[in-house]
Amino acid sequence: MSHPIKSPQFKENAHEALQDAQLQKALGKIETGAVARRRSAAEHLPEFERLRDSARDIKNHTLAHLDLYLEQYEKRVNEQGGHVHWAVTAEDMRQIVLDICKKANARIVTKGKSMIGEEVALNDFLEKNNIVPVETDLGEYIIQIRNEAPSHIIFPVLHLNKEEIEEDFRRVHTNLPVGRNIKEPAELLAEARTVLREKFLAADVGITGANFLVAETGTSLIVTNEGNGDLTQTLPKVHIVLASIEKVVPTLEDVSQMLRVLARSATGQEISIYTTFSTGPRRKEDVDGPGEYHVILLDNGRSAMLAGQFRDMLRCIRCGACMNHCPVYGAVGGHAYGWVYPGPMGAVLTPSLIGVDKAGHLPNASTFCGRCEEVCPVRIPLPKMMRHWREREFERHLSPATVRSGLKVWSFFALRPTLYGFFAGLGMNLLASLGRTKGRFRWLPLAGGWTRYRDFPVPQGETFQSRWKNRQRAEKKP
Amino acid sequence: MSARDTVLGSIRRSLGASGNETMRGQTVDDRLARHPKGIIPKRGEGSKAERLALFKTMIEQAFATVSILKSSDEIPSAVAAHLRSKNLPMEIRRGEDARLANAPWQNEKTLSVTTGPSDGKQLAAISHAYGAVAETGTLVLVSGPENPTTLSFLPEHHIVVLDAGEIEGNYEAVWDRIREKYGRGIMPRTVNWISGPSRTADIEQVLLQGAHGPRTLHVLVIDK
Ligand code: SF4
Repeated sequence: MSHPIKSPQFKENAHEALQDAQLQKALGKIETGAVARRRSAAEHLPEFERLRDSARDIKNHTLAHLDLYLEQYEKRVNEQGGHVHWAVTAEDMRQIVLDICKKANARIVTKGKSMIGEEVALNDFLEKNNIVPVETDLGEYIIQIRNEAPSHIIFPVLHLNKEEIEEDFRRVHTNLPVGRNIKEPAELLAEARTVLREKFLAADVGITGANFLVAETGTSLIVTNEGNGDLTQTLPKVHIVLASIEKVVPTLEDVSQMLRVLARSATGQEISIYTTFSTGPRRKEDVDGPGEYHVILLDNGRSAMLAGQFRDMLRCIRCGACMNHCPVYGAVGGHAYGWVYPGPMGAVLTPSLIGVDKAGHLPNASTFCGRCEEVCPVRIPLPKMMRHWREREFERHLSPATVRSGLKVWSFFALRPTLYGFFAGLGMNLLASLGRTKGRFRWLPLAGGWTRYRDFPVPQGETFQSRWKNRQRAEKKP
Repeated sequence: MSARDTVLGSIRRSLGASGNETMRGQTVDDRLARHPKGIIPKRGEGSKAERLALFKTMIEQAFATVSILKSSDEIPSAVAAHLRSKNLPMEIRRGEDARLANAPWQNEKTLSVTTGPSDGKQLAAISHAYGAVAETGTLVLVSGPENPTTLSFLPEHHIVVLDAGEIEGNYEAVWDRIREKYGRGIMPRTVNWISGPSRTADIEQVLLQGAHGPRTLHVLVIDK
């Protein structure tokens, strides 16, 4: 699907999201769901923190030698009879996919979950070229029939409830009896399973993403719980892997280190149900598997990111932990970010990929609480990078003048956390004592823009940072 | 300039490298040759019996079921019992794996055993694992005519036979075995790590068992 980029309207999107009661209910479940499960998985593995260091180091090492590992990877894929294609832009990738599909006379194409597929807006393009793409991950399938973008990189339909999904199924699965019962999640799943089973068996080409590529062996791998990725890549005669250049790691041991932190950070599972390592097309003795195996490596701005302040972002393994733990994501959800990558990782990555003019303000959607960095399995300094973007946006004079001068002061303090905490605390206390009697200010110096339209609530005596610290201290206590 | 040269050129420009530096090349070759192991969780260390116990606990947590058999002679009766317990027809599909072929299927007169990959019409299939990993309760299967990959994903019920002696403590031990068997840098077409029956939590974050892959996963561990 191609969805218009709505990142520039973050504020409006966020405003809408805050009014959406259903969305708010769904977002409220993240804390007791994914967040609690991640914490428990991390606590059950004494080596978890050291594995995070290891994962970070592996990615750093690979990025510093990326050209060489990609060459090695390509060599191994070729040796096994597979094909590697290089795509400089999203458009290149779409065209390569189409060419392969056309050569295979493909009419139906099944797709496993791929964020790269979303990034290059593949489905819309295939449809325009008379090829029917079918998303097979349950969440992605629902997103596709609704013609929406995913609102989370791990749980694409986090924003929907079962009633909405029932409505969609009734609208789209018109050949099924009207009187059928599909109120409960289990019934919805059973229906999707039946409908998609036919597609799996009918597809001419199967497209998957890749969580990692292994240079040592020319292997691509996917991690799923549903088994849809495996059916997608095993049944059709052609398997296409959509990957980006930073997915490569050196060896099977290295990828095992990465896998130990991925599922635990994403869903809090010890390991996902299916981890599948694919190397080349079916061998001559094989009785199943695809006859052709293609990998398309996408750059789309990533090689340029290697040069500067945003290189660390290329360590990202798309686990979603940063958004699960983000108070801003938790308040507005994924669609507010206006493109395919939401949350803190999206706020850093999106401006690199679609341009600072369209998304340079996304990094402002942060409280700088640091929770994302605390949980990121590859220790990406997300708050620091959001600050880099803010500075860049400032330098490019994209912000109005008043924001700029305020930001200068703010960034001076923000770069000095102790001072920031001290002054913010001081300000809070001062305000609190000034407004003690009424509990609200109708006017404040320098804040006319705010108090003209609404009262400024009197601070409750604590800054966000100190409150956060206390809360975390409380959480850590058994 | 080809897309390949453009991408590699751009990477090298960003890294300030030419791609011909001896040092960088050696670092990469060395890592590929040595494949250092990194951090390995202690929990997988332990005797064969402890590894079996940990494997069982972990995979049961992910909703698989496990039976321990004394010998591969017990496979046919265990399969029949499992099918009966699920009210399934007495039919099972398998690949050409000799360890499965040699089981005394004739003992189960009512059980019909067919051979080959799945085309989606089979309700139940049986595969032999290449090994397993105790650390996370993970089965390791490799593709080939012995155990076709489709048997692990298309049927609604999957049974996997595992030799207790092939339960390793960690993933790395399995990679060592695979390197030894297939050669350096060579992998079978597909290696599947399977750690439970298929599931999804996409609808309202409710965990449901049985998504697109098998609804049930039953492991028969042969512990001689
Ligand atoms: S930035 Fe870190 S936490 Fe966020 S998705 Fe990427 S790897 Fe996960």
